[in-house]
Amino acid sequence: MNSTVMWITARGLFGRRRFLLLLPLPVLVIALAVLCRWLGVAPGNWAQPVLIALGLAVVLPVVALIVGTGVLGSEIDDGTIVHVLSKPLPRWQIVLPKLVVAFGVTTLTVAVPLYVAGVLAESVRLGLALAAASAAGALAYSALFVALSLVTRRPVLLGLVYVLIWEGLLGNIVSGTQVLSVQQYVVTFADRMAATTLFDGQVSVTVSVIMTAVIAVLFTLLAIDRLRSFSVAGETS
Amino acid sequence: MTTSTSTPSSTPAAAAPVTSAAGTGTAGTAGRPAAIELAGVSRWYGNVVAVNDVSMALNAGVTGLLGPNGAGKTTLLHMMAGFLPPSRGAVTVDGEPTWRNPGVYRKLGLVSEREAVHGFLTAYEFVLASARLHGLPDPAAAARRAIELVEMTPAQDRRIGTYSKGMRQRTRVAAALVHDPTVLLLDEPFNGMDPRQRMHMMTLLHSLGDAGRTILFSSHILEEVEQVSGTVQVMVAGRLAASGDFRSIRRLMTNRPHVFAVQSSDDRALAVALLRHDSVTGVDLPKGGGITVRAGDYGSFTRALPRIALTEGIRVHRLLPSDESLESVFSYLVEA
Repeated sequence: MNSTVMWITARGLFGRRRFLLLLPLPVLVIALAVLCRWLGVAPGNWAQPVLIALGLAVVLPVVALIVGTGVLGSEIDDGTIVHVLSKPLPRWQIVLPKLVVAFGVTTLTVAVPLYVAGVLAESVRLGLALAAASAAGALAYSALFVALSLVTRRPVLLGLVYVLIWEGLLGNIVSGTQVLSVQQYVVTFADRMAATTLFDGQVSVTVSVIMTAVIAVLFTLLAIDRLRSFSVAGETS
Repeated sequence: MTTSTSTPSSTPAAAAPVTSAAGTGTAGTAGRPAAIELAGVSRWYGNVVAVNDVSMALNAGVTGLLGPNGAGKTTLLHMMAGFLPPSRGAVTVDGEPTWRNPGVYRKLGLVSEREAVHGFLTAYEFVLASARLHGLPDPAAAARRAIELVEMTPAQDRRIGTYSKGMRQRTRVAAALVHDPTVLLLDEPFNGMDPRQRMHMMTLLHSLGDAGRTILFSSHILEEVEQVSGTVQVMVAGRLAASGDFRSIRRLMTNRPHVFAVQSSDDRALAVALLRHDSVTGVDLPKGGGITVRAGDYGSFTRALPRIALTEGIRVHRLLPSDESLESVFSYLVEA
């Protein structure tokens, strides 16, 4: 693992204003959980909308999207990627450190508020289950969004289409699409680990485990391959 | 230093480049592959041909890649730097292909035109990161040496975001030099530099070239290339238009016919009078008025015109050289 690439990636990520976008969503999750608890609302009434509909279905993918496209997409946008690419590094030594940073930052940003909200809703076990499930989700999402930065010039837009249209809309209308939805795997993991009655996973654990691993590996390999053939447009005008 | 070009007959559209006496020889020396070699390289984007059948071999020394904007210099440099695959032909550095071959960066340094630097790092951090990414045994010493070379030591601990354009450029050069590459590619390196910084950069490139490195830098400014390099490769509209010793090419450029647009109180009489003068090779009387004069020698025509007008009693209202753009200078080379 190349620590210099990780260091530059992390500095770049935290040095951009875009990073501030990460803060409001996790704060909102904790604030809503605290408010519900304080008002004495029964967990059965607020756990689903706050933990799942907001936490796992919105905060996790959106944070992963901001971070995942930030670690590579921003460097491609501003051209600084050339500095790393013009070094004698095998391309996996560039993709993997960036993926590790994206995974780590996303997990930290999402798992902590979900843990707190889970504890407030039911128990430490639910909190830990949500944190672990969001880590698994962060892995798949990060690989997906990092690869997306290399296959399209509009990774954020395409990522939002996947999260909002595919997972958010179609996932609720066409049940078949749930097999290709990271959100559904994450809910299944959380449900299985917490053994809670507050929400239910729609996809089997086996499918979720296999698909999470397949997405993480496949998109990582795709990103490495695309980076090998990364080309910079010349001035022709 | 040897520089060579050839234009294979397979592409009839490509005119044979002007090759000066200095630009002879074949790839490399004594069977060794050339530091940079392009063999029949073309690059197109859809229907647009950015680089058209370019062949060249460069070895130690400083070479200028000259051409107007849009001539294909950056595309050519990107292919040399492994950031663009050629649509046809081969690009090699020390015999190794540059595309999809990160190992080539051990001997290659690159300063791209786009001013993309991590503004949140200091120059020292930036150059040190480059040294580490190259896996150098003593990255800190290499970074200090490279920064010293571009005279950035006093400002090395300031964030790059606070630098002037010239300072950022020098920082990028330091990062490109940190691993002591044998080949250095620079795209428009003098952009944004003040005269003193230019002079320093020119001296630096000279000394690197004299030390046996192959330096290729692009520029669209004739005078820049003249000061730095004795050897040039001239690109025009994607093709290699001229190659070799700068002075012979420059002579060819200055000796070309010049075209002037003249407006006077009596265009027809002035046209007749001008045709008697040796420096004038042709006169047209366009419909819109005025005359278009083709002169073989810039200096003697511009000196003769007032004298002729005075003798003939004609008042000259306007004299405009109409082909002084760099593009026309380069285009002339293609026709030569």
